[in-house]
Amino acid sequence: MEVAAPQAAVPVIELVGVSKRFGAIQALKEVDLSLYAGEVHALVGENGAGKSTLVKILAGVHRPDRGLLKINGEAVELRSPAQAQAAGIAVIHQEPTLFPDLDVAENVFMGHQPRDRLGRIDWRRMYHEVEQLLQSLGVELNVYLPVRGLSVADRQLVEIARALSQDARVLIMDEPTASLSPREVEDLFAIVEQLRARQVAILFVSHRLEEVFRLASRVTVLRDGQRVITAPARALTAEETVRHMVGRELAALFPKEEAAIGEVVLEVRHLTRAGVFRDVSFQLRRGEILGLAGLVGAGRTEVARVLFGIDQAESGQILVDGRPVSIHSPRDAMRYGIAYVPEDRHQQGLVLDFSIARNMTLSILQRVARFSLIRSRQELKIAADYAERLRVRGGRLTQPVRALSGGNQQKVVLGKWLATEPRILILDEPTRGIDIGAKAEVHRIISELAARGLAILLISSELPEILAMSDRVLVMHEGRVSGLFSRAEADQEKVMLAATGQNRQSS
Amino acid sequence: MSDSSEVKKRPVLGLEASSAAAPSASAGGLARLPAWVRSWEALLLVLLVLSLALGSTLSPYFLSLSNFSLLISDMMEKALMALTMTLIVIAGEIDLSVASILGLASVVLGYTWSHGVPLGLAIVLVLLIGALCGLVNGLAVTRLGLPSLVVTLGTLALFRGLAYVVMGDQAVSNFPSAFTNFGFGTVPGTLIPWPFVLFVALALLFSLLLHRSTLGRQIYAIGSNKEAARFAGIRVEHIKLLLFVLSGLIAALAGVVFTARFSNARADNALGFELDVVTIVLLGGVNIFGGSGSLPGVVLSLLIIGVLRNALGLADISGDIQNIAVGALLILSVLGPNAVRRLQEAASRRHAAADGPAGGLAPSARSAPEETGAAAREGGQRR
Repeated sequence: MEVAAPQAAVPVIELVGVSKRFGAIQALKEVDLSLYAGEVHALVGENGAGKSTLVKILAGVHRPDRGLLKINGEAVELRSPAQAQAAGIAVIHQEPTLFPDLDVAENVFMGHQPRDRLGRIDWRRMYHEVEQLLQSLGVELNVYLPVRGLSVADRQLVEIARALSQDARVLIMDEPTASLSPREVEDLFAIVEQLRARQVAILFVSHRLEEVFRLASRVTVLRDGQRVITAPARALTAEETVRHMVGRELAALFPKEEAAIGEVVLEVRHLTRAGVFRDVSFQLRRGEILGLAGLVGAGRTEVARVLFGIDQAESGQILVDGRPVSIHSPRDAMRYGIAYVPEDRHQQGLVLDFSIARNMTLSILQRVARFSLIRSRQELKIAADYAERLRVRGGRLTQPVRALSGGNQQKVVLGKWLATEPRILILDEPTRGIDIGAKAEVHRIISELAARGLAILLISSELPEILAMSDRVLVMHEGRVSGLFSRAEADQEKVMLAATGQNRQSS
Repeated sequence: MSDSSEVKKRPVLGLEASSAAAPSASAGGLARLPAWVRSWEALLLVLLVLSLALGSTLSPYFLSLSNFSLLISDMMEKALMALTMTLIVIAGEIDLSVASILGLASVVLGYTWSHGVPLGLAIVLVLLIGALCGLVNGLAVTRLGLPSLVVTLGTLALFRGLAYVVMGDQAVSNFPSAFTNFGFGTVPGTLIPWPFVLFVALALLFSLLLHRSTLGRQIYAIGSNKEAARFAGIRVEHIKLLLFVLSGLIAALAGVVFTARFSNARADNALGFELDVVTIVLLGGVNIFGGSGSLPGVVLSLLIIGVLRNALGLADISGDIQNIAVGALLILSVLGPNAVRRLQEAASRRHAAADGPAGGLAPSARSAPEETGAAAREGGQRR
């Protein structure tokens, strides 16, 4: 399927048969990828398909277990990000990491400041060059401003300028539009076009297909760490691409059962936390899965944190079973039957050094203890029960959860919260970073739980997941509710428009 | 993808990593402390034998029952404080002010007794003051969010200063014989010092608390991953506050024991004891970053420090010089496990290289998948 780009015979950068494994997870398996000067090459795939690993190999963060990395046809080894930079490879991050207290120009030239004859930094030349660089990109940005106050879009510009100041020939853009407004996305695209004209090779990593098909000349699809296809963008349709990404029909991937939807269990009225979200209201019913969609930073996790008592709301009401409640700690939340499977499994969901059993009983210690002394047999019994129900595989119950795969770890987190016998379950990105098989299993579990009468709030950044699993879809944009759709109404386009705040402007 | 598989990069004492790699993890009450406790305690046993050998070569009086009675008696205040210190360090904090609380407690006991307060009441008052000192530490750590290292370094000076305010450089020594008999007397017919009986009782209680109770489990969870503990509904700040209060209380109790043993209440009592207490706890295998360690290990290390100090004392080596040895041990007890971990990593690297990446859950992959990947590749290249 490899298609030679017309611009040049030799790719600027090329991966040949690259494999990479982390512990039990095969992140990449014999992946080929080539980038030519002046092309925008899109890399697409679901979360966990191996995109980030591939980017990190190109950026010199990881080294491949097997396979070659070639620059201008010559095999090289990138041992550090510094070496990758020196080889002309630059990465533009989703959330740029810059020095917040230094100004724009200093950030652009950090580490390679222009010097005068005495070896001192030539400040005047530095500011001048940065101004010219930004001008040539058609960007207006005050080079004397500290980076701290800049928007994500402007900080990305600083990273791009930084890359150009180092004569980068390969630019890797890792989900660059995830946190941008539509307007900012347009500006970024204009710059990408310019860079293409300057013969920079661009790897555009995204899961937003409309962007991919607007920009890219070629598309590579990754699935489960393997390259599925590389093809010219015009030879592919969005549907075909999605099929390559998921590798099976959507219906098979998301087994949502019909569940009897009952009375309102949780209601949120005009909930506000200053600077984070405003005036959020919704109802959640028994047996219902309410999808909560939105872009990164829309305030979804923040709402969940307030519902679980990690943070406090400034105003608004939370009602459980129609009665107003005040939730000041996770303990309070648990008392009202609320459970929260957090977004960050390793930092928030699990004690990695603890065994499977100890993690599963961490929230119900009183129930496995008598006179405050833990009864190991009781503990193992409860853990075994949930491990079996959730089909946790890959270890004995006394083994540290650190050793498990992402999917099995997530099942342990689920088990820990199901053990509290909740009535309201908040799931925050429950399938992030787990492989496709485990993903389908987690979906099956979620669906079964709803069928058994749990009220589920499902936060997810994966639209197909939201659309397939949810009875209703609530969409947030910049801290406000921007849409609510029934299962029948909801489709990718409507939800995406609401998530980017465009549905307001048009109506 | 790799983000999610990346293990939190936290400095972990190596012996913990080996617990994951240990093939025969025993189930049961102390399930979390299988092989590595055995190996670390084996090391401690060797150290103990060495210091016993050192003692017997340094002095002919060393290997006598009466000397051992004295040796144990001499360790009792540090032993008591090491119990709570173990809990605090496992929870990821530290309390450097314990010796100063001891001093303050001793002085207050002397002052109130010499001013006509009945001894029983004075002791109760002293214990309350100790708990109050702990409360001050705990509130500064949990409410103000300050690092306990800094807070208790401050109160180390503060509480000691208060002791001088109460009594200056005066001393009270006319305590009733019933009280001092508890201090240096022994259980009738034996050479077992009374304070040792108190220690054994408390050590058993604390072992039960740490290794069997729900509170102990929560302490490990907090020290291992504070945020996950919070998300699991554990009252992290509440428990930390409790531990600091407990630490102050036990330090004051140690102050009462100290005063009884020497029949002497002075502001500079137990000056610098925190060095020994922290050394005992870390040498006992407790992770300075929290999350792991056990009381049996701490008790062993207690004996080592006791024997070492006693042996050096019999050889007429001054306390200041003894401190050099203890200080060196403190550093070794933090360095040692790291060195062991490096060795284990080197071993697992060879293992991984031999196994190849298809080996499934290689033991080392459990502790650091990243490093293993790199190690496996390096190993492969070397071949």
